Amino acid sequence: MAVCVAIIGKENAPKFIRCTDRDQELDFHYKVHSSLDIIEEKLLAASHPKATEPREQFLGMLYATEEHKIYGYVTNTKMKIIIVIDANHQALRDNEIRAMFRKLHGAYADAVCNPFYIPGDQVTSKKFTETVLSLLVKS
Amino acid sequence: MVADEILLELLHAELVNYVCSSECKESAGQLNKHCNLSTLEYFGFSTGYKLIERFTKDWPRLTTELDTIKFICTDFWSSIYKKSIDNLRTNHQGVYVLHDQAFRFLAKISNGTQYLDSAPLYIAFTSGLLRGALANLGINSIVTAEVQPMPACKFHIQVLRNQIT
Repeated sequence: MAVCVAIIGKENAPKFIRCTDRDQELDFHYKVHSSLDIIEEKLLAASHPKATEPREQFLGMLYATEEHKIYGYVTNTKMKIIIVIDANHQALRDNEIRAMFRKLHGAYADAVCNPFYIPGDQVTSKKFTETVLSLLVKS
Repeated sequence: MVADEILLELLHAELVNYVCSSECKESAGQLNKHCNLSTLEYFGFSTGYKLIERFTKDWPRLTTELDTIKFICTDFWSSIYKKSIDNLRTNHQGVYVLHDQAFRFLAKISNGTQYLDSAPLYIAFTSGLLRGALANLGINSIVTAEVQPMPACKFHIQVLRNQIT
C-alpha cells in the first residue's frame, strides 16, 4: 500500500497531495517534486520518433531510495499521478501498482467531470479523497 | 433509429433553443441568427474539456499533434456522432480541416434552405467541444466552422503554437 499519493497538474503544480504521516508531508513534497524531472525525461525519450517503447500511461518505477519507491503515471491530458510506496513493505507487483493508478485515474476523471469543478483548481472532491485514503497504508 | 441515439440530438436542440430564448428575449420563440454563439461555444468547451479526461483514460499516450487530431477524428467523433470524420486535411503547419459530409446535428434540418440561417447555432457547440478537447490534451487552438451545403460541415482547427507549453 502507498504512503503518499500526489496529483500534479499540467503545469507541474500540485493539485492534491496526501500522505499517511502528516509530519512527513514536507519530505514527501520534496520527493514528489524531484520525481517530476524523471517523468519529464521519460516523456521526452518516449516522444522521440524512433522510440520503440509502448506509449503507456504507466511509467513504471521512477526511482527508489532506501525508504521509498516512487511510481509515476501520466494521463493523456498531461496530468501526473505519483505514488510513493514504503520500500520495507512487502513487495508489490507491477500489476497491483497499475491497478492503483487506474483506480486513481478513474476517481480523478469523476472529480473533473463534476460541473462545479473549475479546471486547474485543487481537487477537493470528497469521493476522490476517500479513494486516495483507501489506497494509503493504515498506520 | 434506436431511441437512445436520438437523445443527444434532442438534448442539443433543446440546448440551442434554451440559449437562444434566454439571450434574445425580444425575439423569443424564433431562432435568431444574431444570437450570441459564445455561450453555446463555452458549453461545448467545458463539455469537451471534461469528456476528454474520460475518453483517453485507457488509451496509449498520444505524443504527436497529428496523433491527437486523428484520435479526435476517429474515436472521439464516432463516440459522439456515431460516425468518424470523412476527410482530414492538414498543411503540416498547424492548420487542420475536418470535413464531415453528414454532420449529425444538421442532418435533420437540411431538407431545404428553410433553416439555413440557423445552421451556425447548431455547430457552435461542436466547435467548442473540439476546442475544449484539444485544450485539455495540451493543444491551444482556434476552431472555426463552415457550413458547406447542408448537412456537410467543415471545422478548421488552427493550432496556436507559441502558447504550447
